[in-house]
Formats: sequence, structure tokens, C-alpha cells
Amino acid sequence: MTTAQVAPVQKSRTLWGDAWRRLRKNKLAVVSMTWVVLIVAVALSADLWVPSTFADPLAIDTTPGASLQAPSAEHPFGTDKLGRDVFSRVIYGARISLAVGLIAVAISLIIGLALGAISGYFGGLVDTLVMRSADVFFAFPYILFAIALVAVLGPSYQNVFIAIGILGWPAIARVFRSSILSVKQNEYVDAARAMGASHVRILFRHIMPNAIAPIIVYGTMSIGGAIITEAALSFLGMGVQPPTPSWGLMLSDARALMFAAPWLVFWPGFAILTTVLAFVLMGDGLRDALDVKMKD
Amino acid sequence: MFKYVARRLLQMIPVFLGVTLLLFVLRAPGVLPGDPVRMITGERAISEQLRAQVIKEHALDQPLHVQYWIYLTNLAQGDLGESFQRGRPVVDIFAEKFPNTLRLALAAIFIELIVGVAAGIISAIKRYSFWDVFVTLSTSVLVSVPVFWLGMLLQIFFGIQMKDWTNEAFFLPISQMSSAQFPDWAHLILPAITLASVSTAYVARIMRSQMLEAMSQDYIRTAQAKGLSRNAVTFKHGLKNAMIPVITFVGIDFGAMMGGAILTESVFSWPGVGREIFLAVGQRDWPIVMGGVIIVVIIVMIINLLVDLSYAALDPRIKYSGAKR
Repeated sequence: MTTAQVAPVQKSRTLWGDAWRRLRKNKLAVVSMTWVVLIVAVALSADLWVPSTFADPLAIDTTPGASLQAPSAEHPFGTDKLGRDVFSRVIYGARISLAVGLIAVAISLIIGLALGAISGYFGGLVDTLVMRSADVFFAFPYILFAIALVAVLGPSYQNVFIAIGILGWPAIARVFRSSILSVKQNEYVDAARAMGASHVRILFRHIMPNAIAPIIVYGTMSIGGAIITEAALSFLGMGVQPPTPSWGLMLSDARALMFAAPWLVFWPGFAILTTVLAFVLMGDGLRDALDVKMKD
Repeated sequence: MFKYVARRLLQMIPVFLGVTLLLFVLRAPGVLPGDPVRMITGERAISEQLRAQVIKEHALDQPLHVQYWIYLTNLAQGDLGESFQRGRPVVDIFAEKFPNTLRLALAAIFIELIVGVAAGIISAIKRYSFWDVFVTLSTSVLVSVPVFWLGMLLQIFFGIQMKDWTNEAFFLPISQMSSAQFPDWAHLILPAITLASVSTAYVARIMRSQMLEAMSQDYIRTAQAKGLSRNAVTFKHGLKNAMIPVITFVGIDFGAMMGGAILTESVFSWPGVGREIFLAVGQRDWPIVMGGVIIVVIIVMIINLLVDLSYAALDPRIKYSGAKR
């Protein structure tokens, strides 16, 4: 007690506080976080302002001359072959992309974290089984596996979440497992065990909080990956089905018309690029801020 | 070395069985929603008689483990079944398309090696310069670009806009079918760039970090102390050692391109393996889809094995004999 009185008063600094301070200094990360927040805000509030100010993304206009209009004040991104406003479809497309990104990665995280934790903590036969199953998943070319899965489940919006989610777990499990393996060797884990803490307590209280940083980084980047995969599946006709506005689906429609109406091609792709890039750069920033060592 | 090869081959067996089991489960009746007969015949309505015949021919009335065994033995004999809709063996269909995929993949590998390695080296030896920042930023952008979008932009720009601007003096063919006026290799340019885009970014990143690491090693300092020229040090000592992980990545990537080129091939109507699978998906011709996936997986596994083995030749520090230290 006496030492506490003598020691200089120091504001306590946590790992997360430090990380946040470092993240705020990284300009690229701040810009990408702002972009993500903006996209989320736009996607959530779309119902409030897009249909009234611009157009309903599903409204088909069959009057002659309404389809395939070049960009104008009334239709900032032009209209598609059914006379629908491309701008409002791009805005609404953000909803699908973000939903797929978040839900698919959530599914991967639930499976991957559970299996990775068990695998890394207990080792032995469980570890071998989990890691060999992961190898099986890694043996497939990613996009082909996604196609095969969706083919079996039936092309739809929900099945895209499920397929991408299922395909994502092995990578998460591997990253989490190796992270747990290194944390497990710390003395405080031995100390907790010596004091009679249960497996559950050691795992959740002592190991997981210290092993989660690489998962935060990897998970953030995975959202970008999931968004690009959804776009690819929808582009191939294996994802979101018409008339739902999805960026991948819009590009698929635009393909047949790309020389007659190039504006149909540009904006949905640009939306995918900037959104995915934002998540990738945010992941980069988090990696530096949390000081996670990852291989390229 | 022989022991290592044998062990690697043995390790492949459970993975391969897992892959076949997974693909089998995907089409087995009752496991997932979806009618196994329809998985063979497609979406069109069929007569009860034909239905019974398909069930009998494909042993769909047998217990699952019997069906799996039949599936495995057929596979071992190179029989991947037949496309019901086209009335042709799946293996024949892919044998026809494979050379096209191979050609495109080789062209893409060529691009990613030249551009990726050069960008990585410049980035590493001029660290923190304008070029380094440029390369680092553009690799982030490239990995975020949807390849099918990039393909379409290239088609619009080089196929159509250039044609307009230069009065048809200079433009590139946008797909295999587009024109007969071009030499064969010209059709490869745009698809190869598209297919190589993401990988080029990865090659540049790996090259940069490996080069930086190699240049900080003791043997580099020794080489410098010997009075070797900057170029000799960089290229003979640095580059040679930094290349190993790059070669590994390119090898694995080459395997992935055997089937992963599905997006590029679709955008450019390139008559390869990926496009065949894509078309089959559209026609709900599942035997082709599932057969194509397994062919690609086998090719990928073989290539990955070869990549692993080539490590031994490239890096004398790696010993395969096991625990001998």
C-alpha cells in the first residue's frame, strides 16, 4: 500500500486505448472509417430520402425514351434498360452488400472462433480433426466452391450469406488457433491454472481477450472479401436475384449493354471498389494500431 | 527427399477423401434441400418413367455409403459422369476447354511475374519514395477491384473508346469471338491483364517485403563489404533469396487460375474451364458443375504438391528428412 502512495500518479493506459490513439493518427484509416460510416448511414437512411428525392429503385418506367438514359440532373447515374434510376439502385445496393458482408462474416466468426479456440486450446485429436477439415476447405478454389454451394442450396439472397459464411470459417479458425497457441504459453495462463481456474474461465477470461486482436484485423478485411464475393456470385447469376438492387447483379445486367450504355457499368463497380477498399484499408490501419503481425 | 514426397502424398489422401465426401454430400438425397434427380437432369419437368430410369442408373435408390463408394470408384477410373442435358461425358467436355484455360493462365502468370516483381523491387530499394507509396497504394486498390468490373472497363476503353478516338487505327479485341482480323495472341491481352490484376498486386507486396528482409541479412553486408557493385548485391544476392516465396505464391496462384478464372473467362467469353462451369450453372447442368469442381480441385492439389517439392530445389536451407537437426 505504501508504494502506491509514493508512485507518481499515472493515467492508466489500456491496450485498446493505445490502439485507438494510434488508429486516429493513421490518415488512410480515418478516411476509410469515415467512408464506411457514411455508407452505413446512407444505406440505413435510404428509405427516408432516396425515393422522394430521386426515384424508387424498383420503379420500372416503360414510357418510350425512359430506358437507357444517359446521366442527367434528374437521373444522376442514368437509367437502366427498364427505365429504373441507377443512382437509387446503387444506393440501395449498399444495403445488400453491407448485409452480406456483416452477416456472412458473423457466420464465419461464430464457426471459426469456436473451432479455432477448441483446436488451439485443447490440441490433440480435436486439433488434428479441425485443421484437416480446414485443409479440405482450402483445397477448393474459393469462388468455385461458393458456386457449388449456392448451386445446391439454390440461388438466393440468404443462401449467399450462408455460403460465404461457411467458406470463411477455416481461415478464421487458423488465425485464431495460432493466436491462441502463442497466448497459451504466457505465465499468467499457468498461474490461472495453478489457482484452479476451469478451462472455460481460462479460455474466456485469460486467453481469448489477448488472442482476439488478429481476428479483429482479419474479420474487418473479410467483410471486404465477402462483399466482393457476393458481387461476383450475383454477377454470375448465383446470388441475389432480380429485381433486388445489388451491385453485382447491376453489373451483370450492364454487361450486355456495356457499349450502348457504359454508365451502367461504371457506378456499381465503383461502389464495390470503394467499399471493399475502405474495409481493406481499415483492416490495414487496425493491424498497425493493434500491432498484429500477419503475413501478406 | 523421397520420404518427404511419400509423406506429402499420404497427407493428400485424407484431404482428397474429405473433398470427395463434401462434394458427394452436397448432392446426396436428403442431406440438403434439392432433389437429387433434378441435380442430374436439370430443372425441366421429366416423366415418371425417365425419373425411375435416372434413379436406377445413378443408384440413387441405394444406401448412401454404397452410393459414395460407386462415386469414388467411378472417379478413380476417370469417370465423372455424363452431362444429361448434352449427352456427353463430363471429362470430354473439360478436356476440350482445358488448353484455353492453360493458355490464359500462362499469359496472366507472365504479366504478374514481370510487373509484380519489378514493382516490388522498385518499391523495396526506393523505400518511402514516391514510387514506394504509389506501389503500396495501388496494390491496395487492385486487390479491392472486382475483376469482372475491371474486365468490362478494359473492354470499353481499349475495345470501343480507343477505336473511336484513333479512327480505328488502334484497338484491342474484346473477346475471342469479336474479330478474325487479329493475330491469336492479341485476344489474350485484355483477359490476361484482367486475370493477372489481383495477383500482380500480391506479387508486388510479397516481393517488397521479402526484398526488404533479404537486404537486411548478414550475407548482404558481407557482399557489400567485399566491394560488389550495388546492382550485383541487389540482384545476385538479394533478389535470388527474395524470390522463393514469390515463386511459391505464383505456383499456388497458377493452380487457382485453373478454375478461379471463371469471372475473367465469363466477362471475355473465353472458352475455358471456368466459363464452361459458369454456363453449366446457367443451364442448371449440375453434373458439369460438380465434375468441373472436382477436376479443378485435383489439378490444384497436384500443382500445390509440385510447388512444395520445388521448394527443396530452390532453398537448400529447407530439409525434408524430418527431425534430423
